[in-house]
Amino acid sequence: MSVSIKELTLSFGDVEVLKRLDLEIERGEFLVLLGSSGCGKSTLLNCIAGLLDITDGQIFINGRNVTWEQPKDRGIGMVFQSYALYPQMTVEGNLSFGLKNARVPKDEIARRIARAAEILHMGPLLKRKPAQLSGGQRQRVAIGRALVRDVDVFLFDEPLSNLDAKLRAELRVEIKRLHQQLENTTMIYVTHDQIEAMTLADRIAIMRAGSIQQLAEPHTIYNRPVNKYVAGFIGSPSINLIDGTIEMNGVPSFVAGRTRIGIERYAFSGNGPKPGGATFGIRPEHIFLGRAAAEEPFTAEVDVEVIEPMGADTLVWSKLDGHELRFRVDGQVPIRTGERVPIGFDPARASIFDAETEMRL
Amino acid sequence: MADVAALNTAGVAADAVSKDLAGPRGARPRRAISRRNVFLYGTLFVISVYYLLPLYVMIVTSLKGMPEIRLGNVFSPPMEITFEPWVKAWAEACTGLNCDGLSRGFWNSVQITVPSVILSIAIASLNGYALANWRFKGADVFFTILIFGAFIPYQVMLYPMVIILREIGLYGSLSGLVLVHTIFGMPILTLLFRNYFTSLPEELFKAARVDGAGFWGIYFKIMLPMSLPIFVVALIIQITGIWNDFLFGVVYTRPESYPMTVQLNNIVNSVQGVKEYNVNMAATLLTGLVPLIVYFASGKLFVRGIAAGAVKG
Amino acid sequence: MPQQRRPNQLFRNLHAKVAAIPMILTATIVFVGGTLWTVLYSFTSSGLLPRLNFVGLAQYERLWSTRRWLVSVENLAIFGVGKMVFALVIGFVLAALLDQKIRFENTFRTILLYPFALSFIVTGLVWQWILNPDFGVQSVVRGLGWESFSFDPLYNPDIVIYGILIAALWQTTGLVMCLMLAGLRGIDEDIWKAARVDGIPMWKTYLFIVIPMMRPVLITALVIIATAIVKVYDLVVAQTSGGPGIASEVPAKYVYDMMFSSQNLGQGFAASTMMLLSVLIVVIPWAYLEFGGRKRHG
Ligand SMILES: Nc1ncnc2c1ncn2[C@@H]1O[C@H](COP(=O)(O)OP(=O)(O)O)[C@@H](O)[C@H]1O
Ligand SMILES: [Mg+2]
Repeated sequence: MSVSIKELTLSFGDVEVLKRLDLEIERGEFLVLLGSSGCGKSTLLNCIAGLLDITDGQIFINGRNVTWEQPKDRGIGMVFQSYALYPQMTVEGNLSFGLKNARVPKDEIARRIARAAEILHMGPLLKRKPAQLSGGQRQRVAIGRALVRDVDVFLFDEPLSNLDAKLRAELRVEIKRLHQQLENTTMIYVTHDQIEAMTLADRIAIMRAGSIQQLAEPHTIYNRPVNKYVAGFIGSPSINLIDGTIEMNGVPSFVAGRTRIGIERYAFSGNGPKPGGATFGIRPEHIFLGRAAAEEPFTAEVDVEVIEPMGADTLVWSKLDGHELRFRVDGQVPIRTGERVPIGFDPARASIFDAETEMRL
Repeated sequence: MADVAALNTAGVAADAVSKDLAGPRGARPRRAISRRNVFLYGTLFVISVYYLLPLYVMIVTSLKGMPEIRLGNVFSPPMEITFEPWVKAWAEACTGLNCDGLSRGFWNSVQITVPSVILSIAIASLNGYALANWRFKGADVFFTILIFGAFIPYQVMLYPMVIILREIGLYGSLSGLVLVHTIFGMPILTLLFRNYFTSLPEELFKAARVDGAGFWGIYFKIMLPMSLPIFVVALIIQITGIWNDFLFGVVYTRPESYPMTVQLNNIVNSVQGVKEYNVNMAATLLTGLVPLIVYFASGKLFVRGIAAGAVKG
Repeated sequence: MPQQRRPNQLFRNLHAKVAAIPMILTATIVFVGGTLWTVLYSFTSSGLLPRLNFVGLAQYERLWSTRRWLVSVENLAIFGVGKMVFALVIGFVLAALLDQKIRFENTFRTILLYPFALSFIVTGLVWQWILNPDFGVQSVVRGLGWESFSFDPLYNPDIVIYGILIAALWQTTGLVMCLMLAGLRGIDEDIWKAARVDGIPMWKTYLFIVIPMMRPVLITALVIIATAIVKVYDLVVAQTSGGPGIASEVPAKYVYDMMFSSQNLGQGFAASTMMLLSVLIVVIPWAYLEFGGRKRHG
């Protein structure tokens, strides 16, 4: 284990921001903490870094209990959303500040800076001040500052949020490349952007209100969300959720009003289907239109209400027996508001949640 | 115009268009001398004259000889300029005790102001830094008391301070007065620095901690270099505030180490001798010179400082 | 797993605590300690030296039956109301004038604000000279031909406090103007545009829209002026020394004279406690409004 967090609790006064949180991160893993704003991601990262004193629990890094240690002694490097470069120091000064504090010999400092500059392509920037750099360059320097510390654990707190879309995509790839380049380096990456999470992560931890909802590979999170919240949080446009009941006369089926969906091929977890209230979730991109629809196990006709063309594809808002249903079709398909069109999907790709507990069935 | 149009029916349409074109077009004409402007600048001019009058009176009076003053009025410009009053005010004017002019007070004020300014700013900036970035248990309680302290009339703490200074053996000395200025300047300066340090991005502080810098390292290497403007503001507040102080000077020093303001008052309001108004005004102007220079040199920063410093009243 | 030693709570943030020692000492010993000490000793019969022989409210009874104190309080009331009203009104009008996108704004502001850089001693002395009946304003007006003109506030016990008020306003209004100007500048430009589109006259926009929006600045200015009023001392000392007679005495001067020249500490303590009381009446409601209502975050 590279980083392991046991029963971590953190309170600000009476407010419990992190609640008995457990997290095990493998050596060399890229773990993304994903959650909406204010759910405690930064707080968790700051606890790992030692920037916040925890209320209860333990933190281990590389097998060492660092719960009471200073940030500098934990063997971590950190990259912040606002870059947090020291404005009065040159890039070189920024990179060497931590090493000087640690009394690293001069030639060693020079060697590490040269290496970081090479990896991050910022050799020509070394003599500049942060104010003379662009946003992307600043974030590169900030990453470099973590890099020169020669540590095994990198902590990223929304490092790309301040950049425009194009730069964000570029640096995303660069971070991924960096992770591949540095073997055995663990990266913990906080973001609220699910694209970043899906593209970068080995595993994603979905956080909500100070606890982890699901910790799994991106594929699993997307296809088999553990509860209704995760299902709704991941995916854009978000998953269609239809409230109804499961009925068990002969074959199990999901019933909502006049709509009946056969779910005999759905892979139920645990003891299999039980009758009762449930929510049926199907992703917009798993619903097909027209001829392709006919081959799907479930077919129906829907009324098109609004269409949102986005170029490559078109998002269609429709009504299925009064239930709202969004789906995605190819941008070239002609479709008009007010039409009645045939659709179809495979219930095996759906996610069904208990109406009460909201957990996956 | 209608007649002209009637001559040629084909011209009607064209005429309608040209009528539109003839209307207001382009930038609206503006006159520099509008009624509004005359009123506005006139008012501001009159007000400015009123505000400048005392400065003018000080200057002209200090440049006149006594006979001329007795003949004319305070506003008339000097017919014969003399610098005699300035020399006298600086070197010979008498207080009740001695006759070596304001120079003694000036040097006393310098000796009081310089260390007071340095000490008070050093301590208050550390307080503000500790309060903004290293909040420890109870820090807010002390800070709240401190801020309330800014509003307590000094008169309430005047005598207890005498006792404290006497206990530590500094009563009547310049060091004692320096301590008093440091203490009573603390609320407003601490507030100033705390607010400034709080406004700096917190992530910068966190980054420095990850980089292994401690309390002093972050203060000297990160915070200080970023805070020059606020230090200048503090400098302005303190130099003018301490130079202009009268109450603490009278209470906590002995006559031989009175600051300039106290000495000035003793010279002008001393009951003995003939009143030499020109010398008095030269002395007054001399005393006001230091804060005035600070004011005119600092420009916008002074304005920024007063909102905070004003609480000193 | 070797158990580490938990850092002692007392030594956490040790450097910060050490650095804050001057603040802690100032807050506790001088501000709280000193205030309580003075209040406590105001109930004693201390004369030349502070002594703990309690006499109940005797000092206060004596205080409120001393003519000089009553005159001081009355002066402070007149001075206070006058300064508050005129400083706010003049300060606001000046700020509104400067806010008209005028040219030379910096010059005008520099001129209006420079008196604030000067000490009360300098202010008092120069106005003492300008208001001098033999050479100043009175003699100038008489020189213009109005022989019976009379304006000698510093020599007329009935109006001497207004003479001091004039000097105080000259010194302070620039500051109030600056605060107000900052307040005006803080108001959203779109408010003005909206008012113009709606055809609301300028004075109405100021009165009914802008001034209510400036509440925080107005309150700040009010508190600043109020605390300065209570502390007024140097100005009186320089301009009139409390005269003619005792006509321009103020409480702060009473306190100083009792403590340091009349060797009547008890009176000084009682009078300063009364000053404290009057400040608390202003500050506590303000502090409650500012900080009490909503909890602060961050
Ligand atoms: N210093 C603090 N004092 C009190 N509450 C805080 C503090 N810092 C963060 N919080 C609260 O803790 C919660 C989690 O914050 P944070 O970890 O910053 O969220 P995010 O997931 O957006 O990074 C938020 O509700 C926030 O209001
Ligand atoms: Mg965050």
